[in-house]
Amino acid sequence: MGAHGTYAWAAGYFDDGDRPQIVTSRFKYDDSYTLDRYHESGGYQGLRKALEMQPAEMADEVKKSTLLGRGGAGFPAGVKWGFTPAGVWPRYLVVNGDESEPGTYKDRLLMELDPHQLIEGCLIACYAAGLSQCFLYIRGEMALAHERVAKALDDAYRAGYIGKNILGNSFSVDIVLHWGAGAYVVGEETALIESLEGERGMPRVKPPYFPAAIGLYGQPTIVNNVETLANLPFIAANGSAAYTAIGTETSPGTRMIAVSGHVKRPGVYEIINGTTTFRDLIYGENFGQGIRDGNELKAFVPGGGSAPWFVADQLDIPFEGRQASSAGSMLGSGAVIVMDDTTDIPAAALTLVKFYAHESCGKCVPCREGGTWLYRILERIVAGNGTDADLDTIREVGQSICPGEMPHAASERLGLDAVPFPYKMTTICFVGPSAYVPVHSAMTLFPEEFAVLVTKREVRSMIPVTAAPVGGE
Amino acid sequence: MSRLNDSNVALAREIIARYPKQKSALIPLVHLSQQQNGYVTEEAMRHIAELINVTPAEVYGTASFYEMFRFEPTGKYLINMCGTLSCALLGAKQLLHHAEHTLGIKAGSTTPDGLITLQHAECQAACTEAPTLQVNYRHRFRVTPADFDQLVDDLRAGKLDNEIPPHGTLGRNRQQIPADRAVGAQHPDDVTSGPAWIEIVPAGGE
Repeated sequence: MGAHGTYAWAAGYFDDGDRPQIVTSRFKYDDSYTLDRYHESGGYQGLRKALEMQPAEMADEVKKSTLLGRGGAGFPAGVKWGFTPAGVWPRYLVVNGDESEPGTYKDRLLMELDPHQLIEGCLIACYAAGLSQCFLYIRGEMALAHERVAKALDDAYRAGYIGKNILGNSFSVDIVLHWGAGAYVVGEETALIESLEGERGMPRVKPPYFPAAIGLYGQPTIVNNVETLANLPFIAANGSAAYTAIGTETSPGTRMIAVSGHVKRPGVYEIINGTTTFRDLIYGENFGQGIRDGNELKAFVPGGGSAPWFVADQLDIPFEGRQASSAGSMLGSGAVIVMDDTTDIPAAALTLVKFYAHESCGKCVPCREGGTWLYRILERIVAGNGTDADLDTIREVGQSICPGEMPHAASERLGLDAVPFPYKMTTICFVGPSAYVPVHSAMTLFPEEFAVLVTKREVRSMIPVTAAPVGGE
Repeated sequence: MSRLNDSNVALAREIIARYPKQKSALIPLVHLSQQQNGYVTEEAMRHIAELINVTPAEVYGTASFYEMFRFEPTGKYLINMCGTLSCALLGAKQLLHHAEHTLGIKAGSTTPDGLITLQHAECQAACTEAPTLQVNYRHRFRVTPADFDQLVDDLRAGKLDNEIPPHGTLGRNRQQIPADRAVGAQHPDDVTSGPAWIEIVPAGGE
């Protein structure tokens, strides 16, 4: 089944031809994932265009497009490709399809609904950067994506797009579908490489293990996110100028954002990068359509579970990296989670703290021990058994993971100024800090909710994150 | 039965050959064994170790890191109930309690008939469709208590057999690289010069 049959928000949305659609242009078709539909709608034309160019010219187009990586860090893909050391071969492409950041899903849709677009993107990247084997690492928990991508790969091999002498050219590359097995941290690129080598998915220390220099099997390796690669067929077919004509200079093109939580129409929308604001996304008629039940907005997570929270004061910030970081957070992986005024803020933060504590790989002590401490203490507070000293302990543990001033948003209500992103960290990767971020945001922006919990004894048998009951109960 | 059977050994060799280094096939092969046996057995891990030339401890060392590998008998259907923020905001906790009540077991357990294992899970990348669950890693969206009960009835009646394969089967189809099109694994010891299409223009990608 395609997007329309599966997702309420897709009805009508993807048929709207007035919006720029770079990566979701086929989502309106029920057979969007088939090779036939891909051919009928311009598929593999980008690859043909690329093969008419020299690899260096194609790589240059990507550089000129300023395509930003969509995995979370937002680094320009073309620049990343350029970091591979001269004369060291072979080089590999590892596709990061291990999407697991809370609130985020776009890569899953891109794999399920348009797998050929991703495959074409992989081929263009391998051609342009001289990568001689590609590993497409898909999160294990995505059974449908595995089936759709496996079928698409089979069809593309048979049609001559993958394998030996692609389209009669000297360009030859295999794409190997690889199964993940469930571990959030594997979304971090060096952990992804460890996992692909058959190891526990623990991040490597950078330097020296920058994948572009020392990656898979110690060779130069490009790790790109699924959405990043899905943009390449458009750039190859239409040129970088057509891409930079959309969005702004620092944030060109479009990006896919999942809006979930208490909005009237949660959905995954392809927005214009750089100019679309959080207000557009949460309240816009084309997107979230406002807060459910006429409620007020209380807070929102702007860039996936790892991102410091925003409140209504930040609604007019656009999807542009620098503005988001000076306001105290990040755009991250493209996920906005909206909380209305019925939300129990400490309990909401607890779900995220629990997630990151659970997902710690155990390599760095501040994360392994600190994440668990944060979780246990916060759980105790939310259950009504905390004391005001517990709030100090949370800050103390947080400081051992993120020393110094912690980024947060401004709040007119509290008379707070913003502390810009990023934080300092004592861990190799972002899992540890991410366990502190939600509780730090919650305590900073809603101190009164914690004050009530640690001063008044309440008996709570369950943790109602929301006042809204589910149907029938 | 817990070593890989002959047809799975053949499949395992095909998978191993796709990678420059054999150990990269470790996780796919543990999946394969879980598909065959429903969970990961010690015998299977010993067999996988033989196939990729590592020790059984290395296989277990890696496999035990990952959530999807289960080392004890598991229900034919593994139901994972998402509890992360977007789902929590829309009633995940209440739904999990309802599921426990319906099945008469607590999360983390298997029904006495061995059909269903229920567990709490983290974000399933379907946050707009909260609350969500997965049965053997196949999504169910915007699940109400009534939907959950219907799902359990359908699973018990075998009505979803075509849609949901038994636990361990990740994909109903798997990638098949045609031998006449395959380039083959690019081992760092065998490949020392740039690929053919790059050699023409040495500046490529640099």
